[in-house]
Amino acid sequence: MSDASGLRFLESHEWVRQEGDRATIGVSDYAQSQLGDVIYLELPAVGHRVEAGARFGVVESVKAASDLYSPVGGEVAEVNEALKEHPEYVNEDPYGKGWILKLRNVTANPKLLDQSAYQRLTEGEQH
Amino acid sequence: MTSAATTAGRPNPLSTSTVERTPLFDEHLRLRAQMTNFGGWAMPLQYSSIRDEHRAVREAAGLFDLSHMGEIQVRGRGALALVQRLVSRDIAPLKPGQIQYALFCNEAGGIIDDLLVYAESDGYLLVVNASNQERDYAWAEQHAGPDAEVRNVSRETALIGVQGPRAVEIVQRSADQDLAPVRYYRFIDGNFAGAACRFSRTGYTGEDGFEIFCRGEDAPRLWRLLLEQGAPFGLKPAGLGARDTLRLEAGMRLYGNDMDEQTNPLEAGLEWTVSLGKDFIGKPALERAQQAGLTRSLVGLRMRDRSIPRHGYPVMQGGKPVGTVTSGNVSFTLGYNIAMAYVPVAARAPGTTLEVQVRGALAPADVVPLPFYRRPHPSTKGGEHV
Repeated sequence: MSDASGLRFLESHEWVRQEGDRATIGVSDYAQSQLGDVIYLELPAVGHRVEAGARFGVVESVKAASDLYSPVGGEVAEVNEALKEHPEYVNEDPYGKGWILKLRNVTANPKLLDQSAYQRLTEGEQH
Repeated sequence: MTSAATTAGRPNPLSTSTVERTPLFDEHLRLRAQMTNFGGWAMPLQYSSIRDEHRAVREAAGLFDLSHMGEIQVRGRGALALVQRLVSRDIAPLKPGQIQYALFCNEAGGIIDDLLVYAESDGYLLVVNASNQERDYAWAEQHAGPDAEVRNVSRETALIGVQGPRAVEIVQRSADQDLAPVRYYRFIDGNFAGAACRFSRTGYTGEDGFEIFCRGEDAPRLWRLLLEQGAPFGLKPAGLGARDTLRLEAGMRLYGNDMDEQTNPLEAGLEWTVSLGKDFIGKPALERAQQAGLTRSLVGLRMRDRSIPRHGYPVMQGGKPVGTVTSGNVSFTLGYNIAMAYVPVAARAPGTTLEVQVRGALAPADVVPLPFYRRPHPSTKGGEHV
């Protein structure tokens, strides 16, 4: 599984890897373990504008349908097409081939958690 | 990420002081199960993955902790009369060693619970849903006359399910009885690895297999032995998540989802459990319902796209709401998404096209016969058809 170094997180368990005005987003390893087997994702089209902290899609697992929130604002540049056939990538490699969207013209969100702050959050949820 | 809808229940943090544990609780922790609060019980939701556990049951075998189920014993000269009064189905023909699926109904014909009736040499054992066990026991007790004794034996009884095409071979390895002659919906009492137990050829997955009743103190040893002896056959421990996707494929109703006190057995498609030739609680109401004609019916839906129908989603026809999804999910075995839903009688015929409203969008769905899945090679002959 790809590692989470350099990522930042929303409290709702989405991650972002920002490089200049581009960004990749997905859900955390903790999120995928709580969701269980992912079976379908409902995602916006390329060109669609997403807002920081706003809902952009839905992930369906065997257990539940859950809303997805974007850690940063931007325009959808790419959707992970592989997830249509292989939604299980979100479970198997949430920080690598289970990425969900790539954004361009990204606006920064100063309210994100770094990896250690996010880890403390999930440890708090587990106990 | 926030939950928009739930079926099997999202994992809740467990405050274990208020949640009941089965005798296998420590085994689940040892296997690193994700635990959930299910009707007041700390139960394994999944061990590895619901998909993998589901497949193991369809292709090899799965091991289930069912110790949360309730067991109510009825004894005494009045046992038959009491059970006949309580359940919808005529149990008089049952001989010791036979089992029947039946319902408790209220006076209005609404379903209080679904259960299995075990005919014993000296009475009956009623196996009821975990979350209803206190209410069911009180209901039975309330209707018992002086010649019938009702006991709730849930606490001292553990129940382990072994389900799947390899289940019988696996259980046979440590059973003192020959299990081959025990047909579907029959049971036999015996020993498993030296522990007194009951082998019941029943299940809630659509597969062949046994449910093994034993004393709570013997359960952890039997569980470990089954895991060990089953592993070479491909057996995996399976949680409530897989149990739910398996029973849905098999068209088995889940109490609280697909039926409750607001639904009657006729509309739930369980008219075969209703014996109007005998007296029981709810019979007059069901006779009236039958004469008046049904207004709605539980049907199977097959989704045409990848939308996942979930409990509570509206069912539409021509843009108008006509019904409600009661259970829905992906079918791992069939490769498409399925649901059970109440729809008007006029829309219940297989082939009817309806829509399920999924987050505002209309997803097309076709009415299909239940069950969605039937196991390919029934290994028992002449057993009761359920």
